[in-house]
Amino acid sequence: MIQDIILQNSPALLLAVPMLGAFATPLFGRISGTVRNAWVLLVMAATLAISLVLGFEVLTNGTMVYTFGAAAPSLSIPADSGGIPIRIIFTVDAMSVFMAISASIVAFAVTLYSLVSQKMSTGKDGYYALLILMLVGILGMVCTGDIFNFFVFLEINSLAGAALVAYRVDKGLAVEGGLKYAVISTLGGLMVLFSVALLYGQYDTLNIAMIAERMQFTFLDQVALVMLIVALAMKAGAVPMHFWTPDAYSMAPSAVTALLIVASQASLYGVFRVAFTLYGVALNWVTIGWIVIILGVLSMFVGVTMAIPQKDVKRLMAYHAVSQTGYMLLGVGVGLAVLGDPEMMKLFGLTAMEGGIFHIINHAMYKGLLFLTAGAIFYQTGTRNLNKLGGLGHSMKWTMLFFIIGALAIAGIPPFNGFASKLMIYESVFLFNPLLSIIAMVVSVLTLASFVKVFHSIFMGPKLPEYEEVKEVPGPMLAGMGILALLVVLFGIFPQQIVDILIAPAAGALIDQSGYIESVLGGI
Amino acid sequence: MSLQTGTGFWDPLLWVVAFAIALLISYLIWARGESTYHKDTEAVKPYLSGNAEPEKGEVHIRAGNMYWGFTEALKGYYSRVVPLHSGILNDYVLWFIATAALVLVIVGVIG
Repeated sequence: MIQDIILQNSPALLLAVPMLGAFATPLFGRISGTVRNAWVLLVMAATLAISLVLGFEVLTNGTMVYTFGAAAPSLSIPADSGGIPIRIIFTVDAMSVFMAISASIVAFAVTLYSLVSQKMSTGKDGYYALLILMLVGILGMVCTGDIFNFFVFLEINSLAGAALVAYRVDKGLAVEGGLKYAVISTLGGLMVLFSVALLYGQYDTLNIAMIAERMQFTFLDQVALVMLIVALAMKAGAVPMHFWTPDAYSMAPSAVTALLIVASQASLYGVFRVAFTLYGVALNWVTIGWIVIILGVLSMFVGVTMAIPQKDVKRLMAYHAVSQTGYMLLGVGVGLAVLGDPEMMKLFGLTAMEGGIFHIINHAMYKGLLFLTAGAIFYQTGTRNLNKLGGLGHSMKWTMLFFIIGALAIAGIPPFNGFASKLMIYESVFLFNPLLSIIAMVVSVLTLASFVKVFHSIFMGPKLPEYEEVKEVPGPMLAGMGILALLVVLFGIFPQQIVDILIAPAAGALIDQSGYIESVLGGI
Repeated sequence: MSLQTGTGFWDPLLWVVAFAIALLISYLIWARGESTYHKDTEAVKPYLSGNAEPEKGEVHIRAGNMYWGFTEALKGYYSRVVPLHSGILNDYVLWFIATAALVLVIVGVIG
């Protein structure tokens, strides 16, 4: 009975549990730090469990529609509404649960890590509340079927993220990074809101499925499309709108940075959802596909070349995050460019999309892991400057091992997860345009070169006198890194299983616009 | 178990087995190496033709000294791209707006 209730209401619980958790966190903090930490960990574990339950349900029985305030959650269109879904509706398909599971895993790992990494900081009630709220924003963005509701969750995501970037208020640069993130996010948010207004003005509805069904691709729709894609691509860190990423990623606490990666990916999800589901075949898929591809190639190349000369390990990793986002844009962009051509889609488009989507979860795991290792280094040495570090492999062996796993994965070295998704991208994109595939491979080589430098600078060499007393980080931090490292390895060794269970259904859901519309409007 | 890539496949388990065999062979070669080497003896000290060993900090090659040739070879590229990353928020906003305008023109003209 209880199981049925949880299952039936899992889309709402996925948001309600962390939201309650976030607002109750300061109350538990009044009791004691230990109670608050236990509460936060419990909330994150419960959210992860709900996302897995929801994932199982959706992957087994198909898209789940949840209508807030209706007599029954599946009643998306009230009898007296004139056929318009007026309530807020969550439309949770395989792509949504894929993103939700990815975000929940990383959120749980970074919370575990934060228990120790933030031990010496003040204001932890606010820190954890904001961390959970950021997760709420991410989960809301990927689950909602309402375009205005998407904007609301985007704002929650951005505001919580900006506050967390500026968390170390004693550091001027952190506040500056947070301010930059807040301003640029607000501008992006305004563009999204304006696009929502344009669509609402034309179609009298905010429901994504309903707008998609009525889409005429007028000039105003084109304006809305451009603003949505550009604003969300900027939030995802695509070149040439990536400038905020090194400032924000490098100054946030490392656990926050790992979750910011997922927050950016939620915006990337927004780009894909807008292109494939909201507009679908109504748009000129070749033009938009190539725009996404060009953003991807620019991100890959500029990101990696800017990473190589960096001296701050977190700025370096931030530029690599930009570069890796390029792979996702490239893979899914190729799928978009052949969206209206069933033959090309079958030949390579779907595989390219699967590669790009697979890279999302892989990137969340290995880049989250790499940022956590950077945080572990900072935690023990107090510096992120690569010119000052060295010889830590003698005293931080576990951190070094986790770094090696993350570095090899991001560089696309087998048998780690990054290789599997990149291989899918290389081979499928090669059939579309060989030059794009070659650029992607060159970028991987440069990524490896960059991380060889980082590895040598931090871990190799003799034990330096200034780090004579440095020890390995405490257990919870290692456990946080260990969870992500384990997933990096498992996803790399069993890639086809992950593709079959999570990735292929997600890609299928993305290109199935009629299925998405039917799931909402079919329930009249 | 193999990952299907559309035009080919990738079997990670086979790769892991091959890697394990390569590691085993490497270990066997290493085990047959110099038997007089022992830790915590003179054997571990660096031989620098009788010169004194430098300070540990001086031995380690720092990040700033790596890939100098790469960045030097791409000087023309870096001299243009690095200044774009000015750190000034106004520039960030300008790039964002300019990109939106460019994409709008492309979509408006082509469709």
